Amino acid sequence: MSSVSTTNDSAVPVLELRGLCKSFGGLQATRDVNLRIMPGDRQAIIGPNGAGKTTLFNLITGIYPVTSGQVLLYGKDVTKWQSHERTAMGMARTFQVTHLFPGLTVLDNVLLAIKGLRRSKFVMWRFLSSYKEVYDKAYHLLEQAGFLDRKDLEVRNLSHGEQRQLEIVLGLASDPKILLLDEPAAGLSSGESAEMAKFLMKLDPKLAILLIEHDMEIVFDVASQISVLHFGQILETGTPQQIHSSPKVQEIYLGTD
Amino acid sequence: MMGNFLTPRCLAIAVAIALLAALPAWMNGVYYVNVASQILFYAVFALGLNVLVGYAGLTSLGHAALFGVAAYATAYMLQLGYGHTESILVALLVGVASMAVYAVLSLRSTGIGFIMITLALGEILWGLAYRWISLTGGDNGINVPKRPAPFGFAMSNATNFYYVTLIVFLLSVIAMAIFVRSPFGAALRGTRDQPRRMNALGYHVWLIRFYACLFSGLLTAVSGILFVYYTQFISPQTLALTSSAEVLLMVIAGGPGTLLGPIVGAGLVVIVKTVVSGFIERWNFLLGAIFVAIVILMPDGLVPGTTRLWRRFIRKRPPAPAKTEAAP
Repeated sequence: MSSVSTTNDSAVPVLELRGLCKSFGGLQATRDVNLRIMPGDRQAIIGPNGAGKTTLFNLITGIYPVTSGQVLLYGKDVTKWQSHERTAMGMARTFQVTHLFPGLTVLDNVLLAIKGLRRSKFVMWRFLSSYKEVYDKAYHLLEQAGFLDRKDLEVRNLSHGEQRQLEIVLGLASDPKILLLDEPAAGLSSGESAEMAKFLMKLDPKLAILLIEHDMEIVFDVASQISVLHFGQILETGTPQQIHSSPKVQEIYLGTD
Repeated sequence: MMGNFLTPRCLAIAVAIALLAALPAWMNGVYYVNVASQILFYAVFALGLNVLVGYAGLTSLGHAALFGVAAYATAYMLQLGYGHTESILVALLVGVASMAVYAVLSLRSTGIGFIMITLALGEILWGLAYRWISLTGGDNGINVPKRPAPFGFAMSNATNFYYVTLIVFLLSVIAMAIFVRSPFGAALRGTRDQPRRMNALGYHVWLIRFYACLFSGLLTAVSGILFVYYTQFISPQTLALTSSAEVLLMVIAGGPGTLLGPIVGAGLVVIVKTVVSGFIERWNFLLGAIFVAIVILMPDGLVPGTTRLWRRFIRKRPPAPAKTEAAP
């Protein structure tokens, strides 16, 4: 079912959501969400607690089955695909609650992440340490992210801010075309948040990013387009300035403080 | 690292293999050689279960039934008049295939659900062995009149059987040692610790667990075949829940998720069960007491617990004398 995008745009969106709906029993968590993300786009989704942001991510990544609507990756309908197959298509995500391997070293975490998309992950008769090219790539990634000096540290000994950054490095290991970040600054101090914003802005400009975040400073720094989610519905989409000055948004989100 | 054979670890391994290889010479009497054979094939069984319990984080309470299925398959094929080679190959196949069915049914859940489904499947197989009399002989079991003689090496006497078991055991340990360090081993531990993250990284968590089950089933079948040739008899008792619990205790007592743990656990259980039971009538009580002690003193098992004690001991002493001790 490779339905090619019907619009006449020369570029195909990396990720497109068409009329996405999700109900849990009587609760409509996601209502008719439409979204298009082009290569290199930096989009953010904001919304009050319980607006359905993480649910939307779980629909995009295939953790929950959708009730109706479509998820398209490069114009290809992946609505029925499993998560790991979507990862192979170039989708990566991070988690709101840190999901790392605390007992492994930073290097081993990255090695495991790189192996995820290789056929050799099923090999039982060869040492992992004999895959030199995987190690080279891991060193390269760690160097880019500024983690090379801490590569032999066990992850549980890293600070929370470092763990949040490593969470993103693991997402990058599969060479994604689109990265879904679920509150990368969750639980960070304001200083660490600023570090995180810098870290995000250093990422490859060709990489598309969809970001969920509560920390408005990060959103306004990183995103060029913001959508506001309220009760599972997209209320408004626009540039940071437009969103900032929108009376509707102020009413439901920025003003409710 | 590979070039340096003079590390304490390599020396310890070499000494251990030498002691095992010379065991019939320094161990007095056929009885003790037989006990050693039992420890070795139960160790292979425990290694197989450890793939699931220790590395996949999936606790199976029905593994003795798989062990028994391989044993029954061997005995039944021999009874039909097939040769040892065919019987062993069929038994391996039947063992792994049964594990595959087990896995498809039980991998629908993890944790308590997985335990209960494997428990139920084990009970079903036990019931079949007990009731399907035309196939299994019911309570009477099946006799295996002769042990094989690979390449003219007759396994009929205790010493020769011990050597064959030792070779199979060493091969299994080597296979495990490579497995643990392989990309698949790393992936399996990843699915144990962080399945959602593994999924997001592109790993098919279910498939990885399924393959791990097959590997576990293979080791279990190997040990089941050694068992049936050792006892030359198989009855439903072998498939019972108590046997499944016993091998699980071997893994947990020795240290799940370690290479050495299941081997130490198998040694402990078999020695208490066979040797100590000759002196103490209430050996079950003793075994229970030992497990309680392990759970209280070393909750993560004998091997990790001892390692921790040893490290603390070394740290207390100045490092210099420890080094000279290790050098010669």
